[in-house]
Amino acid sequence: MAFAKPLATLRSSTGIPTGRLAIWWVLASEVVIFGGLLGSYLMFRLGHPEWADAAAVTNVWIGAFNTFVLLTSSFTAVLGHQAAERGDGKQAAKFLFMTIGGAATFIMVKSYEWTTEILHGYTITANGFWAFYYTAAGLHAMHVIAGAVIMGFIAVDAWRGRELQRVELIGIYWHFVDVVWIFLFPLLYIAK
Amino acid sequence: MADTAISVHHDEHHAHEHHGPQGILKYVWSTDHKMIAMQYLFTGMFMAVIGAFMAYVFRMQLAFPGISVPGYGQVSPGEYNALVTNHGSIMIFWVAMPVLIAAFGNYLIPLMIGADDMVFPRINRLSYQIFLLSVLILLASFFVPGGGFGGAWTAYPPLSAVGEYNQTNLGSSLWLLAVALEFVAFLLGGINFITTLMNSRAPGMKAYDIPLVCWFIVIASILFMLSVGPLIAGAVMLFFDQALGTGFYDPARGGDPILWQHLFWFFGHPEVYVVLFPAIGITIDVIATFARKKVFGYKLMLYTTVATGVLSFFVWAHHQFIAGIDPRMANIFTITTLLISVPIAELCFVIIATLYGGSIRFTTPMLWALAFMAEFLIGGVTGIFLGASGADIYFHDTYFVLAHFHYTFFPIAIIGTFAAFTYWFPKMFGRMMNDTLGKIHFWGTVIPFNFIFIPLFVLGIGGQHRRIYNYQHFPELAGEGMYTLREIATVSLLVMLAFQFVFFYNCITSWRKGKKAGKNPWNANTLEWTTESPPPHGNWPEGLPNVYRGPYEYGHPDRDEDYWPQNQPA
Repeated sequence: MAFAKPLATLRSSTGIPTGRLAIWWVLASEVVIFGGLLGSYLMFRLGHPEWADAAAVTNVWIGAFNTFVLLTSSFTAVLGHQAAERGDGKQAAKFLFMTIGGAATFIMVKSYEWTTEILHGYTITANGFWAFYYTAAGLHAMHVIAGAVIMGFIAVDAWRGRELQRVELIGIYWHFVDVVWIFLFPLLYIAK
Repeated sequence: MADTAISVHHDEHHAHEHHGPQGILKYVWSTDHKMIAMQYLFTGMFMAVIGAFMAYVFRMQLAFPGISVPGYGQVSPGEYNALVTNHGSIMIFWVAMPVLIAAFGNYLIPLMIGADDMVFPRINRLSYQIFLLSVLILLASFFVPGGGFGGAWTAYPPLSAVGEYNQTNLGSSLWLLAVALEFVAFLLGGINFITTLMNSRAPGMKAYDIPLVCWFIVIASILFMLSVGPLIAGAVMLFFDQALGTGFYDPARGGDPILWQHLFWFFGHPEVYVVLFPAIGITIDVIATFARKKVFGYKLMLYTTVATGVLSFFVWAHHQFIAGIDPRMANIFTITTLLISVPIAELCFVIIATLYGGSIRFTTPMLWALAFMAEFLIGGVTGIFLGASGADIYFHDTYFVLAHFHYTFFPIAIIGTFAAFTYWFPKMFGRMMNDTLGKIHFWGTVIPFNFIFIPLFVLGIGGQHRRIYNYQHFPELAGEGMYTLREIATVSLLVMLAFQFVFFYNCITSWRKGKKAGKNPWNANTLEWTTESPPPHGNWPEGLPNVYRGPYEYGHPDRDEDYWPQNQPA
């Protein structure tokens, strides 16, 4: 069903486009979710030095590779934004599809990594570290999947030249997903 | 509802499109902010009836242990736990939040800032649909094997985490899922409120021209958004403890049950202010209108509220003084907790100063607004006993605590809601409510309310602990005097519930054949009173208003009329 935007959506008392304003508030609410989780993890980690043994089992190389993939996908998201600014919807869509490709790679690598770890007995119930490991990375992975799905819709729209401002919005969200991983990677993989 | 107006609107703006949903779908699939507000309002009222029924059942069991409660039957200990748990959850998450924030936020914000709708109408609809899903899941949790969750609304582990302890394996997971969905619904709604207020104001409306109730609902939404995140993370952990068997909250496996208490109350205490602010906003708007006087210290009020909001993030551990936290930490939290009474007292003085020298009209909404102040004050003053860690060690988990927070939540969620409902009823339904019936309902609610909870203060001071199914099992709590007090509370509850029928009768008869309200029955200034009652789709069919002044220009000396609508050019 076609939907007409109310005048309210088109107004801008602050001078900031409504969509951009809203996405920053979404991120604010996300920051506290991950903040609560990682804050709890840090408190526990400081109280349990023995978790370092569990952390030593994680595969830093796989984590580093995924970091690289995610950062690269953020780069293509920026290129998509640039193309959208120029009004080139087709180009923007291409870059968004590349970003989705990065997300898919990230998830596939993660599935391989988790399968290996679970087969070695490091399940979510193994100990406190692994519980946080799967919960935090799992919550992050869900954000990656959700972002990639939404990005798919936006890319199809952009290809047809519609709603190009949304390319920027999903880009902002994607950088956030990236930043969360930048926190997760050292906390879960590197800190021994 | 305003069929012609809707079609006119379509002809003007949407002629090239499909028509909006028709028939019954108009009510369930609408993106109009007023319809979504009604959905939230009626769902909230429906849940309030369920929550009140639960209170009736367990109050009967407490005053007359073992009685077969009329309309329910015998209450088993497990059922008692499920009833008190869900009474608390429902009244806060499914009554106070949806009615005060979602219903009035949705209804008032676009109308009061002169917009035709929320900025994201479809996200608004999604918010209600997710909320409705959470309602259905919560109600379903009563009918699964084991019954509804019985681990108290605060859901402390290990009781909430281990099925062997709470005996409601499925019920506790469904409860947690329902609460989580409810949070998602209000995050979506909150983002809508905040961006709408920030971006969609009528031309000419500056930050200090926004009616305080809109500010307060938005500040409450921001507060909710910033405090609920850690609890969402905590709820995921609790869910994994329940469903997968992780040990986040299990000390035997390296976890910590106190972590949940921190995450819960880091949200739980700001949550009190999340529902308080809209109620104070409603009160101040109603009081300014019926005192016919400008709000004393608009900016003071606004900044005080922001300060309260900030401070509310630093008081949460006063719920945990006897949970085994470091006594030095208890000192800090005592200080912050007592500090927060300063801005709240300031809000009370601002309201009193607004009343001073006003030309007061004792309409039904005004009575509710004044009662809010009086009753909330009792809640606030008794809170000081609990904020001081020394006194709290004695009062913790007694009926003193229970009576204290009912003296805060009842004024907020019930009295504040009735103030708003009776004040905006003419705008919502186009007809006036019967004032006599309104006043009967007012006195029939407020007097019994005090007779319910003052005895509970006394019982609490006498050492009566909360969450006990039958006090006959505790000889020192089963004396005749204590039972008399319990019976007074229960009988007062019955009286109060009986008077709610007056309200429902008044609603239905006024809605059907009350006096036509016209655009502005209260001679109020704010923008919602400049359009038809009820407002049509798009709110101002002939064009959105411009704003020339603040919302509280009552009794201006240079004018013949004692009010000065915001949209009237100078």
